[in-house]
Amino acid sequence: MKFLDEYRNYKYIFALTKKIDQMVTSPLSIMEICGGQTHTILKYDLESLLPDKVSLIHGPGCPVCVTPVELIDKAIELALNPEVILTSFGDMLRVPGSEGDLLLAKANGGNVKIVYSPLEAVNLAKENPEKKIVFFAIGFETTVPAIARSVILAKNNGIKNYYLLCANMLVPPAIEALLANNQSKIRGILAAGHVCTVMGLEEYEQIAEKYQVPIVATGFEPLDIITGISMVVEMISKNINTVQNEYSRAIRKEGNQNAKKLIFEVFQRVDREWRGIGTIPKSGLHLNDKYSDYDAEKIFEFRSLPKGKKEGLCIAGEILQGFRKPNECVAFGNECKPEHPLGAPMVSSEGACAAYFRYKFKQARSFT
Amino acid sequence: MCLAVPGKILEIEYKDENLKMGKVSFGGIVKEVCLDLVPEAKTGDYVLVHVGFALNTIDEEEANKLLETLEEIFIAEEEFISKKSNNINLKS
Ligand code: SF4
Repeated sequence: MKFLDEYRNYKYIFALTKKIDQMVTSPLSIMEICGGQTHTILKYDLESLLPDKVSLIHGPGCPVCVTPVELIDKAIELALNPEVILTSFGDMLRVPGSEGDLLLAKANGGNVKIVYSPLEAVNLAKENPEKKIVFFAIGFETTVPAIARSVILAKNNGIKNYYLLCANMLVPPAIEALLANNQSKIRGILAAGHVCTVMGLEEYEQIAEKYQVPIVATGFEPLDIITGISMVVEMISKNINTVQNEYSRAIRKEGNQNAKKLIFEVFQRVDREWRGIGTIPKSGLHLNDKYSDYDAEKIFEFRSLPKGKKEGLCIAGEILQGFRKPNECVAFGNECKPEHPLGAPMVSSEGACAAYFRYKFKQARSFT
Repeated sequence: MCLAVPGKILEIEYKDENLKMGKVSFGGIVKEVCLDLVPEAKTGDYVLVHVGFALNTIDEEEANKLLETLEEIFIAEEEFISKKSNNINLKS
């Protein structure tokens, strides 16, 4: 397929890895922010092509993985409410809440419908005026414009039975939280290409400057990732701490202005809890006062759930911050597998644990 | 979750309240996509699609620029390696 196949060309990948090898003099760690990038890295085993001195740290960029337990519990409660049809992206169904997951709620008679796009949820509201349709709004800046558009569509069409359970998050505040952490050894960052496609590069320029770290906005194909790494390594070797754009075929410096306008028409920045990481200031998006009629948390009453469910063996928080790798978790591949995940990173195909299980663990097993 | 796939716009149509929609082909598989975020997009353009929405048009010129740069790096690396092996040959 055009704009995909060209970026899987090993001729260029090998040329770049040789170039990287020549540039690297001392050990350095680079974090790829997005779970989609982590998935590509594991799928194509890109780390094995890089010099030993370069290690990749997998970042927190998987919205499914960082959605707080409290909101999953609320989604489950809504699904079990006979007035409600809960709509959600498919990835969220297996994410453990404090008591089961959405799939279990569905098995227990809950009304859960998987949608591909939030527009489908609005259609469902139109077709089922006697029901309340709640869309479980997860996702980063990439997904938020579509969600904002769905709210405006409902408003313009006088649809009054459509609501959001807002769990949307912003990536730059999380990057800042990681860089501000003393444990962080991150020397360079691959920023998430599709988030930047929407938001542009400005926020990243501020981070690069403040934390003196090179950032490359990078795409998702193997050649994109290796090019991004090569650009970061070159900046490190020249002590340049700015933002470069590897994914210029999709990212304009200013982002997509229409999409940005839409986001801030409907949403406002709020503090948000990231599962396993904690609350990060101004890292979430929530419906603003103008659109509060669409806010499921304002419309429905929730029973108070016991807070702070123990995650048991799961070390997802450390995985998501890049402190540990999935195969360092004692439950990995034992108690925790994609068929029965203990933590969210084993659920989503872009969660680091699931990617390790699918590609790395399988490889390791096939050699034994 | 943040995956977006490139596809080619085959047809554009406006739905209720001027919602710009279109038919987009992903290597032959055609889907209906909202083109509201890319008012500039025309039939024949490539767009990056995520959860049923085109996020941006793909800039072919920029795509080619990167591939040209990579070709230059490839040639430079080949030359570097052949020079290195020539040196080894000379020494031996
Ligand atoms: S392997 Fe499972 S238990 Fe371990 S950190 Fe990952 S999700 Fe949690």
